[in-house]
Amino acid sequence: MYFKGKAHKFGDDVNTDYIISGKYKFKTLDMKELAKHVMEDLEPGFYQKVAVGDFIVAGSNFGCGSSREQAPLAIKYADVGAVLARSFARIFYRNAINTGLPVVECDTAQIEAGDELSIDLEAGVINNRSKGTLIPVKPLPAVMIKILKDGGLAPHFRKHGGFNFD
Amino acid sequence: MGQTIIEKILSSHSGQEARAGDIVVAELDYVMGQDGTAPLAIRAFADLGGKDVFDRERVAFVIDHSAPSPNEGVSALHKLMREFSREKGFKLYDIGEGVCHQLLPESGEVGPGSLVIGADSHTCTYGALNAFSTGVGSTDLAGGLISGKMWFKVPGTIKFVCNGVLPPGVYSKDLILYLIGRVTADGATYMAVEFTGEAIGALSQEARFTISNMAIEMGAKAGLMEADDKTFAWLRRFTSRKFTPVTADPDAVYTRVLECDAAKLEPQVARPHRVDNVVPVSGAAGKPVQQAVIGTCTNGRLEDLRIAAGILGGRKIHRDVRLIVAPSSRRVFLDAMAEGIIQTLVEAGAVMVTPGCGPCVGTHNGVPSDGETVISTANRNFKGRMGNSNAEIYLASPATVAASAVTGKITDPREFI
Ligand code: SF4
Repeated sequence: MYFKGKAHKFGDDVNTDYIISGKYKFKTLDMKELAKHVMEDLEPGFYQKVAVGDFIVAGSNFGCGSSREQAPLAIKYADVGAVLARSFARIFYRNAINTGLPVVECDTAQIEAGDELSIDLEAGVINNRSKGTLIPVKPLPAVMIKILKDGGLAPHFRKHGGFNFD
Repeated sequence: MGQTIIEKILSSHSGQEARAGDIVVAELDYVMGQDGTAPLAIRAFADLGGKDVFDRERVAFVIDHSAPSPNEGVSALHKLMREFSREKGFKLYDIGEGVCHQLLPESGEVGPGSLVIGADSHTCTYGALNAFSTGVGSTDLAGGLISGKMWFKVPGTIKFVCNGVLPPGVYSKDLILYLIGRVTADGATYMAVEFTGEAIGALSQEARFTISNMAIEMGAKAGLMEADDKTFAWLRRFTSRKFTPVTADPDAVYTRVLECDAAKLEPQVARPHRVDNVVPVSGAAGKPVQQAVIGTCTNGRLEDLRIAAGILGGRKIHRDVRLIVAPSSRRVFLDAMAEGIIQTLVEAGAVMVTPGCGPCVGTHNGVPSDGETVISTANRNFKGRMGNSNAEIYLASPATVAASAVTGKITDPREFI
């Protein structure tokens, strides 16, 4: 899996209420509609600023807070290519994999807002083309790679009729 | 080599010896979804090729987050849940029955040694009953509904040893706020925590729920306690089922062990906009508040309402404050009524809202205005949490919230007892 785009920087502990506020998520299952409000409490107008394939780049504990799957979905439907963070909150991390949003654990301190990045997930490396540096990526657990390779939990289930980690 | 509580529960439910770092597929005892997460799970259920739920007796949906519905969008999602649960033949708790994390323990379905997933991050609450219960997203929920299984990475465990006994005016909420402040919001990410020590043993079962409830606020996957006589006495009110308690082995391996002296603790407050931004109440005292909230899955139980009534009895709330109270379940509401607690609260000026989440998650029931300050017994004070990103939320115990409602500013409850 290969991705290319521009970095949009955020800090530590970006919670799911910031990613998509509860006041919107209860109203609709239309993810395109939710996507318009993604990150708006932290950065008003983020949805307009982000180009297809751009990255959200954050500090530690990204996605902490509620278990709402609308959070990774709203990011995905805003056409963000991947989320890069120093660490992720556990539930968000699972939800992202299950819904097919790539999440990348790495040292994001080496990335600045606006940096042009390309990511090769198989090779486990980020190329910061603006800075000319290479940043290693923490590998995903084998189970998650299996689910991602099947395209998320739904295709995994359809393919195997349930969990299949053998 | 011994095992921690979570290693034992995951071992018994996966049929293999589970150690921190292993990946296991485990059998689930119970699966729960609420109105913020179930609608997406219903969609995922179809996407995953689901036909029936794995066991109708071990699945429930709860309509608690936006209940009763504040608008037609929510109404449509509630209707979807009602239709789905009827079609599949499993239990739905409708509006007014209470918060999911009160209803599951009250259902008698969850107890020592159980393994539960819920599509709500505070599912970790039942750790106070010695169950491994954890929050998941809608797709994992759908997988659980269909298969009765989920995969887990067995987490390492941080053990908190809470020595001493909490002094008067200081509650389990203060203890957990203090611990979160100490380890920070991501101090236990990917980990389980165990709460032990004299201070935990001395707490009532109701007070213990408050602690496990907030384990997620330090990033934890589970907030576990051992079961004792109080646990079993509490469960006996709701079920005659037998549960087998799970204890940690004396030689269990912990990632970290942290001690604290509960006897020295003061009332604590989490300041905006982070749950780990914790100070003793003196550090926030005097801050004017316009809204006070007592309730939520953290502090909406009978004991919490009783503590608030103890302070509000014979007093009136400050004229610049709105006090909103949401009992955590219908049973709590009825018990509080029978005890005269509701009378006391309403006479003091409180507004009662439907048992459920109340204003906690910002969909209705008391959205603050720009520039306003709220003091709440909830578990999260994120910016915008209560529906307005220009309001500030402080978190505290029911006593501190009640005292602050009386004075109109953040107040040490020990002035009232
Ligand atoms: S009371 Fe608040 S924290 Fe608890 S389940 Fe409801 S919305 Fe979530």
